[in-house]
Amino acid sequence: MSYGKTVDEQLQLPRLERQPFEPRALKSIILSTITVSAAVIACIPLFSVLIMLFYRGGKRLSLELFYTLPPTAFEIGGGFANAILGTIFMVGIAACISVPFGILAAIYLAELGHYSKLAQVARISAKTMTGLPSILAGVFTYAAVVLITGSYSAWAGGIALSLLMIPVVMLTAEEAIKMVPRSMKEAAYGMGCTPTQAMWKVILPVAMPGIITGVILAVARAAGETAPLLFTALFSEYWLNPTGPTASLAVLIYNYSGMPFENQIEIAWAASLVLVLMVFILNIIGRVLGRGNRI
Amino acid sequence: MKSTQGDTGASALKSEAMDVDVVLDCHAEQIFYGDFLAVRNSKIPIRKNTITGLIGPSGCGKSTVLKSINRMNDLIRGFRFEGKVHFHGMNIYDRKVDPVSVRRNIGMVFQQPNPFSMSIYENVAFGLRLNHFKGDMDAKVEKALQRAALWDEVKNKLKNNGLSLSGGQQQRLCIARAIATEPQVLLMDEPCSALDPIATRQIEELMIELKKRFSVAIVTHNMHQAARVADHTAFFSVDITKGGRTGYLVEMQPTIKLFENPQENLTKEYLRGDFS
Repeated sequence: MSYGKTVDEQLQLPRLERQPFEPRALKSIILSTITVSAAVIACIPLFSVLIMLFYRGGKRLSLELFYTLPPTAFEIGGGFANAILGTIFMVGIAACISVPFGILAAIYLAELGHYSKLAQVARISAKTMTGLPSILAGVFTYAAVVLITGSYSAWAGGIALSLLMIPVVMLTAEEAIKMVPRSMKEAAYGMGCTPTQAMWKVILPVAMPGIITGVILAVARAAGETAPLLFTALFSEYWLNPTGPTASLAVLIYNYSGMPFENQIEIAWAASLVLVLMVFILNIIGRVLGRGNRI
Repeated sequence: MKSTQGDTGASALKSEAMDVDVVLDCHAEQIFYGDFLAVRNSKIPIRKNTITGLIGPSGCGKSTVLKSINRMNDLIRGFRFEGKVHFHGMNIYDRKVDPVSVRRNIGMVFQQPNPFSMSIYENVAFGLRLNHFKGDMDAKVEKALQRAALWDEVKNKLKNNGLSLSGGQQQRLCIARAIATEPQVLLMDEPCSALDPIATRQIEELMIELKKRFSVAIVTHNMHQAARVADHTAFFSVDITKGGRTGYLVEMQPTIKLFENPQENLTKEYLRGDFS
């Protein structure tokens, strides 16, 4: 340190202050703005739908909707209790079919036959099925069930929905099983587990939150489907009869929104709101369950 | 140990006699992963109530040999073991032998602590339940945790998830889980490599305590650890002359002899730190 010069003068220090008008900084600001606005724009459709539904359907929302049958042409009041029951019933059937199927298939895909030809074929089929237009599930079930049994029914509706749910349950369950740390599987085998014991005692309990998330998301999707039900469950203005035409919220919305009666149109709006809220709540439950117990 | 003094002829005779003490005799002629020859010609006897250390540079096949002993490698696609592993008068690679029962009788502790995502109690009881143990489960669990030097730290929180423990505690929990069923042989695959020095020291002290009841084989990348805990040490190296990377046993000696007076040049160089 010689002769009165400060350290700063002796060394050329790098400039560390922010330089907001350098091209590099400007570019960064512009790109950040674009990505943020894209994210905001992506939220607009959902929120406008929600606002619209609350605005149009909210005023008709009342307890009466949940315990009365749909109104006839010039009747005042009424509700869609049968449609809610129908939706729950058919989605329940679909879940009863697709959950065991999907999980067992996922166990095969993830653990037993991971590299086998069969697993590869099944995986590709399931991925294709997730993109299957839902109307085809309806048409297929119409041909395979409705024509054979001779009537529209809740069973047929449930089967059509299960076609849409199986691939979703299967693929998410496979993912959840694969997420279980390898070291934990090794520990299970190291302790002398048979493959079955390792699966039931160690792997499935750890994978369960992920599997449940997948199931709930699949249920939420199925609850909102209209096209498959139009061909299979049709609609009914009476209470649930599993072997006859059955009402569902989605088809009720489809039917009533096109009617020339103010009352029916209002009910369609309220039904839309209820359906969206049901799907929304299921989604939130699915996310919350999926977050817990992560490793 | 005493047989290794004296001249070669006599020691050969005595080592025959020592085989009485050998609870598990692993003779790996060739171990393959697919077409890849991973290990050749390695003979590792594991003696009763001793610690056998396996050391060597990375990729020398010491873990492969260890995991072959309880047939863990069967889970790896393409794995093929040629040779014999004698245990209780049986070759565990015999067609008649069920790998699941082999693993129930030869415990294993892994490199990464891997407790199950269940309570501490259930982790320890796991192997007992697999074996349909009917008796005082609480006492068994407590005993295993005490032997693993973990009881005092967890006795008030046995219901907590095993994953909530620290790394060193998790590893001791895994040891408790492995010894709860009282296996005769305990295999440890670099059990301290993911742990801090204090936890490592605890595990090492524990191993010396454990050998009173069990026969332990430990793979370690740390030769000083082998020097501290092992009674016999096997040094492995890698042969890259034929284009592959084939591990093989260079020599196996009582630990003191291996470290103070190694017979092979390769061992000397390794112990000097010429390669690792």
